[in-house]
Amino acid sequence: MKSRGLGAVAAAAALALTLAACGSSSSGDSAGSGGGTKLKIGIKFDQPGMGLKKGSEYTGMDVDVAKYIAKQLGASEGDITWVQAPSAQRETLIQTGQVDMVVATYSITDARKEKVSFAGPYFVAGQDLLIRADDTSITGPDSLDGKKLCSVKGSTSAQKVKDKYPGVQLQEFGTYSECLPALATGGVDALTTDDTILAGYAAQPEFKGKFKVVGQPFSQENYGVGIKKGDTAQCTKITDAIKKMISDGSWQKAIDNNLGPAGYKPGQGNPPTPAACS
Amino acid sequence: MLDILDKYDVLGAFWMTIKLTVFSAIGALVIGTILAVMRVAPVAILRRLGAFYVNTVRNTPLTLILVFCSLGLLYILQINLTDPNSSTSIVDNNIRWAIVGLAAYHAAFVCEALRSGVNTVPLGQAEAARSIGLTFSQSLREVILPQAFRGSIAPLGSVLIALTKNTTVASIIGVAEASGLMKEIIENETASFGVFFIFALGFVILTLPVGILFTSLSRRLAVKR
Repeated sequence: MKSRGLGAVAAAAALALTLAACGSSSSGDSAGSGGGTKLKIGIKFDQPGMGLKKGSEYTGMDVDVAKYIAKQLGASEGDITWVQAPSAQRETLIQTGQVDMVVATYSITDARKEKVSFAGPYFVAGQDLLIRADDTSITGPDSLDGKKLCSVKGSTSAQKVKDKYPGVQLQEFGTYSECLPALATGGVDALTTDDTILAGYAAQPEFKGKFKVVGQPFSQENYGVGIKKGDTAQCTKITDAIKKMISDGSWQKAIDNNLGPAGYKPGQGNPPTPAACS
Repeated sequence: MLDILDKYDVLGAFWMTIKLTVFSAIGALVIGTILAVMRVAPVAILRRLGAFYVNTVRNTPLTLILVFCSLGLLYILQINLTDPNSSTSIVDNNIRWAIVGLAAYHAAFVCEALRSGVNTVPLGQAEAARSIGLTFSQSLREVILPQAFRGSIAPLGSVLIALTKNTTVASIIGVAEASGLMKEIIENETASFGVFFIFALGFVILTLPVGILFTSLSRRLAVKR
């Protein structure tokens, strides 16, 4: 009786592990494994302005950067397979080889550098605030005391607010989209995350004129291109591509096209100088 | 792996999971019992109302119910379960709404478990109870429900285990329970089997004794026929 119970527990655990393994691998492979110059690139599918999937079209700053890099690596647009790379899965996707690179609002941090290598940064974003257009009480991070903020559960932005501004109340949701109705009704006073993402939301047709970005960034997020750890050759090629993109004006054009409609101006540190590969 | 336990309040997060489980379980038991009574009541409209609630709530994803509680009821209709001007209003509101949502959702399952328990009571007992002059509520209280509860302990245990694990959904409306902390750790430390293992282990520690307890209870308390 007892051993049968244990067997059942073990079987259940094994099943759970198999399912977990399936979950992380199911997003890729629609075009099979690529040989030669074929590239599998991980991007966000749900962030207007950075990486957005609409039907079979992909738009955003990250997408344009990825396309430019792919071209420099000798792959045409048709050779690219886009793979959805949600924040929590980015390292796994790279480590298991399901993508060749990740260009998905991927901040370069020391903890992540232990698992993957980064080329770049190709862009410097900062944490900012999105508020109702008629709100004059919030002018920057110093006027937040007693206010209610909204962000995504577990995100770096949410943790920063908790640590740095203890007088602030924080509502956390699963996605940023859920914060917007709460902001519109006055349930929360501001939505906080990277300014690029905020600009994307402010520019969406259904919210036009309702929200504005404060424009006082209080952190620096260096977006990099994530690749397999230790692949210095690839890193150097990507770094060169980023440098070329900045110098030939394509970089500025990508920003104007994707974030310009929101009235977004790249903050301090832009355009960045990509770090040397190690 | 152990430095994660040092750096993050894993026990605190699981304590929140336990609190959510206990309060929602009490709520679900109360609402579920009322629903079960409605579903076996001699009044047709009560039976239909009970069936309507169970079929609607049971077939709605829990994620949807909790987002509706937080976004729909709290933020759009502005129904506060605590003083909106207090300095912890967001946290308190979210915990309370999460408990309401979890209780309302699992009440449907409690109701069906109890109804299966009612079906274990032979029809003759209800007829006998009525024939000695007990009213419907008296026969329910004195004869049928006590046996129904004893007969449905095993399925109620399954509902409680499911409830424990379903509290993880509360993290999407910002309740600081175990799975929410796991997301935070993955964001900071990148995903690893160690993190996954710690939280899986935590839930096994919470649910395994519940399963064993309810199995032995159901064996000891079941009405022998």
